[in-house]
Amino acid sequence: MKRIYSIEDACIGCHLCEIGCITEHSLSKDPVKAFMHEKERPISRCTVEELNGGITSLSTTCRHCDEPDCLQACISGAIQKDSEGVVRLDREQCVGCWSCVMACPYGAIQRNLASKKANKCDLCPDRETPACVDACPNRALVYREGSQK
Amino acid sequence: MNYVIVGNSVAAVGAIRAIRALDQQGNITVISREKHNAYGRPLISYLLGGLINEKRMSYLPDEFYSRHRINLLLNSEVIGVDTDSRKVKLVGGDTIAYDRLLLATGGDPFVPPIEGIADKDRIFTFTTWDDAAKLKVISQDINHAVVIGGGLIGLKAAEGLNLLNKSVTVIELADRVLSSAFDRPAGKIVARKMKANGIDVITEDTVVRIEGEGTEITGVTLKSGDFIPCDTVIVAIGVRPAAGFLKESNIEIKRGIVVDNTMATSAKDVFAAGDVAEAADFFSEQKNPMPIWPDAYIQGDIAGTAMAGGAKTYAGGLAMNSIEFFKVSTISMGITNPADPSEFEIHSFQDIQNYQYRKIVLKNNLLVGAVLVGNVDRAGIFSGLIKEKIDMKLFKESLLLPDFGFVNLSREIRDTLFSPLGKSVNKDIPAMATGH
Ligand SMILES: Cc1cc2nc3c(=O)[nH]c(=O)nc-3n(C[C@H](O)[C@H](O)[C@H](O)COP(=O)(O)OP(=O)(O)OC[C@H]3O[C@@H](n4cnc5c(N)ncnc54)[C@H](O)[C@@H]3O)c2cc1C
Repeated sequence: MKRIYSIEDACIGCHLCEIGCITEHSLSKDPVKAFMHEKERPISRCTVEELNGGITSLSTTCRHCDEPDCLQACISGAIQKDSEGVVRLDREQCVGCWSCVMACPYGAIQRNLASKKANKCDLCPDRETPACVDACPNRALVYREGSQK
Repeated sequence: MNYVIVGNSVAAVGAIRAIRALDQQGNITVISREKHNAYGRPLISYLLGGLINEKRMSYLPDEFYSRHRINLLLNSEVIGVDTDSRKVKLVGGDTIAYDRLLLATGGDPFVPPIEGIADKDRIFTFTTWDDAAKLKVISQDINHAVVIGGGLIGLKAAEGLNLLNKSVTVIELADRVLSSAFDRPAGKIVARKMKANGIDVITEDTVVRIEGEGTEITGVTLKSGDFIPCDTVIVAIGVRPAAGFLKESNIEIKRGIVVDNTMATSAKDVFAAGDVAEAADFFSEQKNPMPIWPDAYIQGDIAGTAMAGGAKTYAGGLAMNSIEFFKVSTISMGITNPADPSEFEIHSFQDIQNYQYRKIVLKNNLLVGAVLVGNVDRAGIFSGLIKEKIDMKLFKESLLLPDFGFVNLSREIRDTLFSPLGKSVNKDIPAMATGH
């Protein structure tokens, strides 16, 4: 399956992948509206990590594992792997117990404290290429066929 | 091939998926004494408290059983296994033959013979959907409930009742709640939060007598001599592996059904997984029951793989719990409270006022345990470091940072996990040209 990979040397630490992700998962799909006016602003599903004021940075996100630890740990069944291999989180079913946060070795599931729901990458089902990848100005994120690790 | 699975919960589901990944033809029969399809057992307190409705109890999409072509027998209890004739016996006398058998019967609540308990009506346990439903039905008449046991299940029952605005007292024998998963500071933080929300927590004491005339409860007397008035008692002392029905069989049982690292029991073609099993511990390799949901899934997956002829081995049970009480998140994993701290290296940070606590336990430079209270974000990175046995010598200092992440680890680890080729990519080679 296609996955998102991260090229550390190309990452400039601009966080545009996070902005792209938030925008894509907002109601308006408009960054200004999403950030200024939407009551429930989404939180980013990718995480840019930085060290030493940005000298080291990279964007991390869900690996859509073959045998997802998050799925095994999920007590409500909200996390399922679909026939394409995408690891999906059903927000309705999620009870916000954070078992997936405890289990994901990639640190790729976030806590949305406002909605008390877990938050994870869905590979942007409405797009051909995930928003984070398109948003990256230096092609530090690539979306292509590949294995989990 | 006839696969028979006793129990229809998370261990069974892990096994069903693993079997069907390798064998689309074989017959799979799943037998459960409960009347429900697989449900989120840990969600029964949410159901009791009214946070979720019955529909959300379902653990699986409706079509799961048909899609995996499961012959599902609900409301059927297995009362014996004959490993010579390879049959399981059901209540009512029917028998079902197996080629491969999985015992995934989970745990039964343990109810000690407390004085006065036998003739009282409103004594409950709290491990099934039906337990929660029964409590919910009578909840209008509950004025004050006593929960015996301050472990996970007891606290969950207390939380559910608290959500219904019932007054609740939890009585725990140890010096703190959740003593098996948490160390003292973390247990204290949780107890403090519970008290702030109206749940009374009494530690280092226990119920010696349930008081009242006839079937009615008027209160409980504690070992200390204190009397707590109440009308309902929930017994949540613990669960025991549900292996009683195997008494006549020759399957080896200690505390749980003893299994090897493919989940095979001592009897040929018989496997066990989940709360009923006693498998190797991740660190000590000693066998013990590990009654947590994620481990039950993993054991089910290993068992199902072995049953269908595949090869996967169990890495050992790693304790981990994510528990949230009144908006304070807590995650604990691995060895959190070593009996002999001199063999371990422990780092911690605490800010009890703000419900924040972080503790890291290392042994020989390997991360072996962690407790996080409050900020639990990305806790899974720790579980990954434990499981992969990553040498933390160079990274120890950063483990307590609130935003600890992969940038604090080596470049090699980051590249292995996230880069396109699993190693450093030379920028001169366009990434797109190197597909698998
Ligand atoms: C209130 C509560 C909260 C919990 N919260 C958490 C949590 O937050 N995180 C966590 O990790 N774990 C939690 N747990 C523990 C978790 O639910 C268990 O570890 C998990 O359910 C074990 O799964 P299992 O498949 O081994 O067995 P179980 O879920 O116990 O299921 C076994 C099934 O087998 C059936 N059965 C037993 N004997 C027979 C027989 N002879 N014939 C036919 N059927 C039989 C039982 O009726 C049952 O339906 C909680 C448990 C409870 C009760």
